[in-house]
Amino acid sequence: MEKKLPKIEIIEKYCKGCHICVEFCPKDVLEMKGFYASVKNLEACISCMQCELRCPDFAIKVITE
Amino acid sequence: MAFDYDKWIRPGKLPHIWCPGCGHGIVMKGLIRAMDTLNLKKEETAVVSGIGCASRLPGYIDCCTLHTAHGRAAAFATGVKMAKPEMNVILVGGDGDGTAIGGNHFIHACRRNINMTYIIMNNYIYGMTGGQFSPCTPTGHKASTTPYGNPDPGFDIAKLAIGAGATFVARGTAFHANQIDKLIAEAIQHKGFSVVEILDDCPTTYGRRNKYKSVIEMMNRLKDVAVPVKAAEKMTAEQLQGKVLTGVLYKDETKPEYTAEYAKVIERAQAAK
Repeated sequence: MEKKLPKIEIIEKYCKGCHICVEFCPKDVLEMKGFYASVKNLEACISCMQCELRCPDFAIKVITE
Repeated sequence: MAFDYDKWIRPGKLPHIWCPGCGHGIVMKGLIRAMDTLNLKKEETAVVSGIGCASRLPGYIDCCTLHTAHGRAAAFATGVKMAKPEMNVILVGGDGDGTAIGGNHFIHACRRNINMTYIIMNNYIYGMTGGQFSPCTPTGHKASTTPYGNPDPGFDIAKLAIGAGATFVARGTAFHANQIDKLIAEAIQHKGFSVVEILDDCPTTYGRRNKYKSVIEMMNRLKDVAVPVKAAEKMTAEQLQGKVLTGVLYKDETKPEYTAEYAKVIERAQAAK
């Protein structure tokens, strides 16, 4: 069965570039692109929601079905 | 599914004023999740704060909110609770606001055991006013007013609350984000004065002066020092050196609650007429 991938939405207007989501992602899905966080490797995402939980700026949404 | 924070946030208020990497945003998310899981009604919930970085929180939350004088959150919140005992009253504030400038209000709210929840975001410093040392700054650590190290020992907020008579005391950290909402939800449900201390990070005024190179280093420190209460039972005093216990530290459901006791006083006074 094919793995269903979540949709990671990063709201750049809210992101302050603190690196928390990138550093504490257990699967190394995110990276910093310039000032903002961005998705590097969506296939590795396991929807653990750690980035969404820890983002202090309400800037990440992990949308699963 | 992503949690919908937007329904609890005032439209157009984000992005918030907190610095990059400040844990207050994480605590605010925890508070919103706790209020949502308990299905609190916006018109029956009051979030009260004093002055400071952490005390800016009620400005963003879409329910009844009160932003009051420095350290006086507990006094104003007591007024709200006495006038409308059916309301859920939640106080938020920092360590300086709660234990120094509002120290007296804090201990007396604990003593009264009035049914409110106090969330103290302990970032070890006065952030908004320029990084002066607070009563929670650890000995030897630097602040703008103690550039050669702070000679004072710091407060243990949880022990202070237990000693002053609070009936529910818990502690979490900004790193353990999924624990915050559970602790706050349990505190709100508790009938009596509940204190939730959340260890936080202040990268701008505290981290910079105390050789924390980044927000990540501060977050990792929180991860390292926190020991859950159950795990601590199996550890020796030596292993617990320098660690901080997290989880529900104290719970007492036998002590009478203040608004209920006050209603009895009113009843007695009216019967005596």
